[in-house]
Amino acid sequence: MSNDLRKFKDKFIEKIIFFCGILSIIFVILIFSFLFKEGIAFFKDFSPIKFIVGQFWYPASKPPQFGILSLIIGSIFVTAGACIIAVPIGIASALFISEVAPKGIRDILKSIVELMAAIPSVVIGFIGMVSLVPLVRSIFGIPTGLTAFSGSIVLAFMAMPTIVTISEDAIRSVPWQYKEGALALGATKWQTIRRIVLKAAMPGIIAAIMLGIGRVIGETMAVMMVTGNAAQIPHTIFEPVRTMTATIAAEMGETVKGGLHYRALFAIGLVLFSITFLVNFIADLFLGRGKKK
Amino acid sequence: MMKLSPKLSQKFSFFILFCATMLAIIPVIIIVSIIIKNGASAVSWEFLSSMPKDGMRAGGILPAIIGTLSIVACAIVVTIPIGVCAAIYLNEYAKDNLLTRIIKLAIVNLAGIPSVVYGLFGLGVFVMFLELGVSIISGALTLSIMELPVIVTTARGALNSVPQSFREASLALGVSRWQTIRYVVLPNALPGILTGSILSIARISGETAPILFTAAAFYVPHLPNTVFDQVMALPYHLYIISTQIPNMPKNIIYGTALVLLMLVLSMSLIAIIARLYFRKKRKW
Repeated sequence: MSNDLRKFKDKFIEKIIFFCGILSIIFVILIFSFLFKEGIAFFKDFSPIKFIVGQFWYPASKPPQFGILSLIIGSIFVTAGACIIAVPIGIASALFISEVAPKGIRDILKSIVELMAAIPSVVIGFIGMVSLVPLVRSIFGIPTGLTAFSGSIVLAFMAMPTIVTISEDAIRSVPWQYKEGALALGATKWQTIRRIVLKAAMPGIIAAIMLGIGRVIGETMAVMMVTGNAAQIPHTIFEPVRTMTATIAAEMGETVKGGLHYRALFAIGLVLFSITFLVNFIADLFLGRGKKK
Repeated sequence: MMKLSPKLSQKFSFFILFCATMLAIIPVIIIVSIIIKNGASAVSWEFLSSMPKDGMRAGGILPAIIGTLSIVACAIVVTIPIGVCAAIYLNEYAKDNLLTRIIKLAIVNLAGIPSVVYGLFGLGVFVMFLELGVSIISGALTLSIMELPVIVTTARGALNSVPQSFREASLALGVSRWQTIRYVVLPNALPGILTGSILSIARISGETAPILFTAAAFYVPHLPNTVFDQVMALPYHLYIISTQIPNMPKNIIYGTALVLLMLVLSMSLIAIIARLYFRKKRKW
């Protein structure tokens, strides 16, 4: 091959590589503008304020009601519950895996956590439905086990791999000088972990929690299968709820394509997109801060 | 309150950390064993290789298996080349400037978008706007965009772990930048890229929400002929038979769950073991 031809080929390939590089930006813009387009079309026919603070989601009534307040509260209930369970357990596991467990066991534990992340959400939802839901019902003596509480447990399990892996990364990247310094001063290993390692790894751990929250808010199938899907504002966590994601998944099949209900679901998608965008953006800021140190 | 000695308090704390780890890990073991225990009796060659009968209450799950495999195969053919090229750009060419930072932010955000929102996007763009209909190709394209950030991130990690001196040695011999990447960097990063790809395949095999409105059908009486056909898919099939069909025999549901779980877990396990193996073999 002549030199010029080779140079030309190199240039051509580098152009393709550059294009693939910026493709992610194009996709984000495409996804946003598409949701935005359908969302705006919806807000022309239905007031955005009534959409956000409206309590009733009755897409089939006449005139239809598209208030998503109960769905937002449903999402918040299960997400908060999942965090209360998953965050302490996740951080403790990350500490155990990276600082306490012997090396051979560490690899096994990490592999199990990774396998946990691979279990499909519909499988987790199914097991939650047949084993967790009846258990919740009989333990708490409530009319149905399909509650926000069951959803929280299932989601806590699903957020665990994210929280553990990213926290573990952050903990492991704490400079060894910090630890040796503390140990040399006579601190025990636990004192070092609690006072030094945990503090130094905090930005990364916060990022892990944020990413876990992002995962939980967006989870669809498992949540749909265990929370009962009642679009009402819950008073306790032992009542059925319905999340934003479950609403989209459950109702999209029955809508008229291009109709008001169809667009309302896109508007919910837009809300979800904005929330996760924000959550991930904050997580990224914390991750950046952790790395700079 | 009595104050524990530092030694005792350490023992106590480590015990708590151990318990938390068990609490996180035991559910995995419970889930997997429940499904194996109840599903093993249903899975047979017959079950894997025949069509559903009697309103899906009998027969096998062949079309769902074929459907999932074809969606995943199409998705992966699209997403791996694009993802690896994007990773090459970020790791080998990109300078530390605004554009690079925006690309990284875009990748982080793509990774965070809920799967059901990808489903909406796929429905709007591929099914409706491009008029591809509810089909293998629509579902595959939706999944490929969803999986792109994961492929980019893992491939980038693999490229990044190739020592800088390899590149310098090649460039010093007068080899061009692309040739260096092609013949020096990529071969050394290949194991990492491969294991990352296998993990991605496992992950998208189990996804339901993105194919819910783009590819999956409740029931299709024949196997797909082209990529423009609607198909049944394993995760969606499991969702349907466990929630929508009354009087569904339990062992068929567990059997379907077992097939899906084994498909996903065996691929993940292969990837994890391969990674540990390559890491040991690596000489730098």
